[in-house]
Amino acid sequence: MNQLEYDKPVPPLNRDSKPFWDSMKAHDMRLQRCADCGKVRHYPRPVCDNCLSMECDWVRASGKGKVHSWTISHHAFLPGFIADLPMTLVTVDLDEGVRICAQMRDCEPEQLQVDMPVELGYEDATSDLTLPVFRPA
Amino acid sequence: MAGITDKCSVTGIGETEYSRNSGRSVAALQMEASLKAIADAGLQPSDIDGVIPYFNMEVVAEEFITNLGITDLRYSAITPLGGASAVAAIQAAVSAIVAGVANHVLLPIGRNGSSGERIGGRVQAMPQFRVLGEFEMPSGNIAPPQLYAHMARRHMEMYGTTSRQLAEIAVAERANAILNDNAVMQKPMTIEDHQNSRMISDPLRLFDCCLESDGAAAVVISNTERAKDLRQKPIYIMGVAEGHPDSPSNITQRPDLTTLGTAKAAPIAFDMAGIDRKDIDVAEIYDCFTYIVMCQLEDLGFCAKGEGGDFVSNGRIALGGELPINTHGGLLSQSHIVGMNHVCELVKQLRGDGGKAQVANANIGLVTGFGDLGDGSVAIMRN
Ligand SMILES: [Zn+2]
Repeated sequence: MNQLEYDKPVPPLNRDSKPFWDSMKAHDMRLQRCADCGKVRHYPRPVCDNCLSMECDWVRASGKGKVHSWTISHHAFLPGFIADLPMTLVTVDLDEGVRICAQMRDCEPEQLQVDMPVELGYEDATSDLTLPVFRPA
Repeated sequence: MAGITDKCSVTGIGETEYSRNSGRSVAALQMEASLKAIADAGLQPSDIDGVIPYFNMEVVAEEFITNLGITDLRYSAITPLGGASAVAAIQAAVSAIVAGVANHVLLPIGRNGSSGERIGGRVQAMPQFRVLGEFEMPSGNIAPPQLYAHMARRHMEMYGTTSRQLAEIAVAERANAILNDNAVMQKPMTIEDHQNSRMISDPLRLFDCCLESDGAAAVVISNTERAKDLRQKPIYIMGVAEGHPDSPSNITQRPDLTTLGTAKAAPIAFDMAGIDRKDIDVAEIYDCFTYIVMCQLEDLGFCAKGEGGDFVSNGRIALGGELPINTHGGLLSQSHIVGMNHVCELVKQLRGDGGKAQVANANIGLVTGFGDLGDGSVAIMRN
């Protein structure tokens, strides 16, 4: 699908997080890591809140995590999501120590529980945008 | 800041009719509420030397100068904390007054939240939600009922909180609204009605969510030394504080999803006031969602974290209960005036003007604001 037909929100361009979105497009999620103290942080930003370093590198995400919380939306707050309803959104603790919020796939609502193991997947939304999704591990 | 206790007072309050379709401009609504508040205080518009407009900048300080004929405005500011803004504006007004910058500060809020642009649609354009716009809205995590549902679900899983407990809040508030001639919702609600309302974003149902409303409310905060000769008995501001949660720009990364900025503000406000939780006779708690009320009651210290579900049950928060809340019906059942209606209601209660919803012997009360994913504000007042 090209971007003109796509009717869901797309991330605005941001220099601090470009390596993250580039890695998503490559289906190889990278997380921002402080080059000085090694703390992984998400969402990407200029300064490490642990040591105040502005140097960072990008570490490959394991794609493994556990459910921290969730919601099942029955109302689309933008027309682009109507076809997705009911839509399960999960907050996931990644093994790297940060969280990701994304849609859940291949999971009945009754299966969901705190600390349920999940694994990261990739969905190409447009030719320029790849979004994370999770599935039961 | 302990030096501020009782140095400032609420001297005037004003509210328009609350509705779903005002048929009037936002500026007209705010000016009507402001003129009522100024007249209620026994002041002239020319006495106002400070104004804190609503943070969305739809009606700016200049408009108040122009419309009200203010000739010497010495202080203006905005407090961009979403629904925590009204009570945070009390803190800003008190700071300016105690510093000697102003004597009578006007705090107006008003909007056409129902007949104008939908509240849900506005979130994406707000700069404080940039991170959300980049990382969560593309996946469909867009609107407050979804964002806060992650908090509510976590609370339920950790502490066994139930939807029926959240319903207690909606039901208590509706009962209060029915006693209020200026409340939009007048139909009685039962726990079963709440349970049968449609699911918006599990676990939050329609009746867990606030109204979208038209109307305006305003208060005047004055230097207490200038308040004593005015028309109303001053309502003294004993303590006020704002608090920002960890990971304020997004809920997802917050270390504890079930703790709000309120938890940081509350001890400051209570210490300043020099009172304990049991001294509070009535509480107007910002209620964009039932869950947010319960979570604030925990973060305020009325009960321990995880005990909110039990706390709000068995009539404790209803009129006649141990801690009556939202005696006007709140955002859930009176009107969504971004919590300035809560400030007005607390002042009414402490003046003894609470009408059919008057709490007996209401001498000390508390009002909160909450917004922007977790900002909290708390003010404690006495008569
Ligand atoms: Zn570091």
